[in-house]
Amino acid sequence: MLEKNKLYTIWVYLQAEPLFWLTLTIGAFLVGDYLYKKSKLNPLVNPVAISILLVASILIATGISYERYFNGAKFIHFMLGPATVALAIPIYKQIHLIKKETTSIFISLIAGSLFAIFSTYFFAKLMKLDIEIIYSMMPRSVTAPIAMGISELIGGVPSLTAIITILTGIVGASFGTFALDILRVKDMTARGFAFGLASHGIGTARAMSRNETAGIFAALALGLSGVATSIIIPLLFKLINF
Amino acid sequence: MLKSIFIIFLFQLIGESIQKYFELTIPGPVIGLILLLISLILTKSTKNIFITKTKEEITTTSNFIIGYLSLLFVPIGVGVVMHLSYLENNYIEVLGVIFFSTVLTIGFTALLMEIINNQFKKHARKK
Repeated sequence: MLEKNKLYTIWVYLQAEPLFWLTLTIGAFLVGDYLYKKSKLNPLVNPVAISILLVASILIATGISYERYFNGAKFIHFMLGPATVALAIPIYKQIHLIKKETTSIFISLIAGSLFAIFSTYFFAKLMKLDIEIIYSMMPRSVTAPIAMGISELIGGVPSLTAIITILTGIVGASFGTFALDILRVKDMTARGFAFGLASHGIGTARAMSRNETAGIFAALALGLSGVATSIIIPLLFKLINF
Repeated sequence: MLKSIFIIFLFQLIGESIQKYFELTIPGPVIGLILLLISLILTKSTKNIFITKTKEEITTTSNFIIGYLSLLFVPIGVGVVMHLSYLENNYIEVLGVIFFSTVLTIGFTALLMEIINNQFKKHARKK
């Protein structure tokens, strides 16, 4: 009885400290990454999705609130900012390729961003979703902090946008490869660019793990589409009555 | 290592300050990325050993962080799973829209870009 009590005391102490949640997050990710590599980089075995489900099931099983978990795991979350800044390095390394494709980058950026926004609006209307949900969905293809900012601006619900945006990243990373293989797109710059444009950071991470050139163009699209979409959507709302 | 972490943090800090000051919708880290990229381009042909050494160090650190980019999405992703109830009774519809729109956007964008690139290549060959 005493032993059990002691274990419980240790658990109470540990679950209040970041160390436990950091170890759990990294451990879950190593499992996801191992399975991803074992599957020979099969897009359906997405390491992010696997580790998210592992951690979430542990939280649900132990009855720990997300807020308590995040309070510990926020140090990992924090690194998203520096990682974004660090993307300047691979972009710089491929600047000659980017200069060579400036025109196609610019046209694909504008056309692709408009396609993402209008197809979302079209399918959401088709599904007869509430207008508030539609507004929350429209900026979903860009990185979460930008998407949430746009959502707030146009009358969406930012927290709903965060959920939809992350789901978009996982869907893009898991199914985008199939679309590109069916269409027989071989150009690595085009493949990567499409991933970054349509499914932001999670899509970029997937592209980076497959091919360096694709990864760099994904990172480029991630940054550019974030800027483009935050200009396009408010502009569209001024021009058209959605 | 420490020097490169300091520089990356510093650029984010400057980016965040600019974003707050001008009330921009572009996130601070993206502004930090742009500023770091500009600095790298401006110091491209420098022979200063301190600068070239620092750039090498930043490259090593950046490659390390970017190598684990996927991991960084786990904490916020867990939040998504725990708050799925926000979608109320619209799960299937919302997932359907995300699925079709995302896959089509990836296909459309990649195909368009490949076609334009091929046009340019043909053009260049003719010359």
